[in-house]
Amino acid sequence: MLGFVVKRVLSAIPVLFMVAVIVFMVLRLSPGDPAVMIAGPNATTEQLQDLRESMGLNRPLLEQLFLWLGDIARGDFGVSLVSGKAVTELVLDRLGPTIALSLTTILLAVAVALPLGVIAAWQQGRWLDRLVMAGSVLGFSVPVFIIGYVMILIFARYLGWFPVQGYKPLSEGIGAFASRLVLPTVALSFPYIALIARIVRTNVIEVMGEDYIRTARAKGQTERGVMTGHALRNAAVPIVTIIGVSITMLISGVVVTESVFNIPGLGRLVLEAVLARDYTVIQAVILLFSTIYVFINLAVDLLYGFFDPRIRY
Amino acid sequence: MFTRNGRSGFVSAIALALALGGVSGTAAQAQTVTAVMHAPLRAVDPVISTAYILRNYGYMVYDTLLARDSEGTPQPQMASWDVSDDGKIYTFTLRDGLTFHDGSPVTAEDAVASLSRWSQVDKTGQVMASLLSEMAVVDDKTFTLSFAEPTGIALIALSKPSGLAPFILPKAAAETPISEPITSTIGSGPFMFVEDAYRPGVSATFAKFEDYVPRDEASDGMAGGKVVKVDEVVWTTMPDPMTAMNALMSGEIDFVEQVPPDLLPVIEGNPDIETSVVRKQGSQNLARMNHTLPPFDNPKMREAVLLALGQQPLLDAQVGAGSPNGSACAAVFGCGSIYADDYRAEDIIEAHPEEAKAILEAEGYDGTPIMLMHATDLLMLNPQGPVIAQQLRNAGFEVEMMSMDWASVVARRASKAPLAEGGWNMFSTTNVLPDVGSPIGFIGVAAGGDSAWFGWPDVPEIEELRMKIAESADPEEQKSFAQQIDKLVIDNGVMVPMGEFYNTSAYSSALSGLVEAEAPVFWNVEKAE
Repeated sequence: MLGFVVKRVLSAIPVLFMVAVIVFMVLRLSPGDPAVMIAGPNATTEQLQDLRESMGLNRPLLEQLFLWLGDIARGDFGVSLVSGKAVTELVLDRLGPTIALSLTTILLAVAVALPLGVIAAWQQGRWLDRLVMAGSVLGFSVPVFIIGYVMILIFARYLGWFPVQGYKPLSEGIGAFASRLVLPTVALSFPYIALIARIVRTNVIEVMGEDYIRTARAKGQTERGVMTGHALRNAAVPIVTIIGVSITMLISGVVVTESVFNIPGLGRLVLEAVLARDYTVIQAVILLFSTIYVFINLAVDLLYGFFDPRIRY
Repeated sequence: MFTRNGRSGFVSAIALALALGGVSGTAAQAQTVTAVMHAPLRAVDPVISTAYILRNYGYMVYDTLLARDSEGTPQPQMASWDVSDDGKIYTFTLRDGLTFHDGSPVTAEDAVASLSRWSQVDKTGQVMASLLSEMAVVDDKTFTLSFAEPTGIALIALSKPSGLAPFILPKAAAETPISEPITSTIGSGPFMFVEDAYRPGVSATFAKFEDYVPRDEASDGMAGGKVVKVDEVVWTTMPDPMTAMNALMSGEIDFVEQVPPDLLPVIEGNPDIETSVVRKQGSQNLARMNHTLPPFDNPKMREAVLLALGQQPLLDAQVGAGSPNGSACAAVFGCGSIYADDYRAEDIIEAHPEEAKAILEAEGYDGTPIMLMHATDLLMLNPQGPVIAQQLRNAGFEVEMMSMDWASVVARRASKAPLAEGGWNMFSTTNVLPDVGSPIGFIGVAAGGDSAWFGWPDVPEIEELRMKIAESADPEEQKSFAQQIDKLVIDNGVMVPMGEFYNTSAYSSALSGLVEAEAPVFWNVEKAE
């Protein structure tokens, strides 16, 4: 197992290197640059040239690339070209809200979707199954921002139970922290509940037809025991995969939810950086996303062995 | 899989990240005004950038030597002035009690260093510098501006309210090269920037500067006493305007600088919300042609565009049909400006597609498409491209509208290359009215060829007239020169005015004392308990 982990971690290095080079080149080839955004809408050509010079944007592309690669190899992600703040500081500032929202969303989604999927599989073809599946189609189909607006209207504006927007770190108290996460977590969890519930249902139904399930029943195992001890465990591999994918999607792709609920997370940081052509920030965040993808995939692979002892590394 | 220490380390790391997470600055506390501004604050140099959010930041943290009152007349702010009998030497004297936020006194050396840096980049400042024979420190509180000829440029320049306003920085910061953004946030303005609470793009906090000594006069436009009546002002960024409106109605924030027109019905009739429209903070739409490339290197073709375009369809698309927030206006310098003129108003305001078609026919237009850049990511710019394109098509032009984000427009409009190599024919944008109102500072009328703003019109008579305004000290003479510029701008197709629109601000009814000025400012604002 240790050898496998070391091998996977080492194999991440060329992947991240390729990501770094591609992101760097794509950014430099796209129109616009941070000098334009810093100097403002009425800047003259001369002002822009002076700024580009001082920011090193006029240097040859390869020189810029190697300088940057050398810096990140030393753990220095540089400073934001727009704000002048250290990129690490900016990313850490936005990491907290993103981690908090992603964790609460995935926990809620799994907690709701697992039983729903199992119930749907257990009641396959009956009204409860159809209800769960209809609900999951709805969860997929309604955009998160619509759910968000409706929840804000009902629970924040009319009932006044929760704040409309914002994020408070844990250091400001559990109440302030939690109350601002409830609405975005619930809104964001809808499509993930739908996704995970459908995967759980499909895989449990598939496993329920296997010989070992019939054998377990023949040996007198209760239906609950069959479900938890045999069916769910054997259906776990694809379920774990989809949960892993969901986590990576959550961490890197919740821009709309972050905007609707005004949560200053990583999604918004990278969107703002793209619009401002803040190269150093975009590069650092995309590298971070890539690293998260690599390590979540590694964690998922390791969990396969936990759920299915036949899988060994 | 985790060791005990490993798990606790992991949990600690998450807790640390959560603790470091941004505060979006939402819950309004007593004597804290929470405001959603039109753009996030991401940089802190108010001189290097023409971004309006930095101008607004400048008015919080810094002060200016002079300021314009509600009538547009320069008034003393940090300094009073005397003019020599021959009109060539202006002597400025700093008032008592001026200190920077670090406790050091504001001196004439700070003022001179600040004006030197500012005049390197600001158009009006550049004109002033070109006329200046000497800028000299006399003593700690006094400095002089000496000109070779009598001129009124000093008061115009030093009271400039928008674009790059001449903020006074500490000398050490002001000596930073102009190609390098300053990082210091020490000013002598009525608010102090709270560095520890600053999260670029998320929130910025300004605390009342207790040692600030306001002028005795009542607040009047940008002039008068800047009396701070709250403890702090927090600017928070909300990318979704609907969320901002909900937060305002829930009392989580106090002020929204710009409410999109389609959201105004949401707050209409709400007794807890007030709205205001400050015309001085409005904007002018303008269309700009590239004078260096065909077909707009031909003045007749530029005239055809002027006739093809009309203002009302664009204003309707921006602020809604019949809205009082949009106003047709033919004046190059804006209808509220002292230089407002109605030269060829009918031609400018209404579309005349048949007349434009006749010109195209007479000039033998061969149907080569006009490359029009269309910025899609900014609320008021997004409608411009489609409306302008359709009006040009109505007049017989073939139009290739290229939709892109604003950053791409700004990058491409700097290109003087042929179309096939990344050039362009036309773009449109907006400028705030305080910037438009000055013939010296308004980049849209500068016509010095290669040194002009994008499009590079070359009309030497306009440049001569702009210098004459700078050299003149007679308001009537300046007005006459401005009217001549207006005519030349229109007849040469330097730019096409496309109407004015005014933003609506919304704020809690607990706020009072908001100042009507060229920029949103927070002195004089009170918040009821």
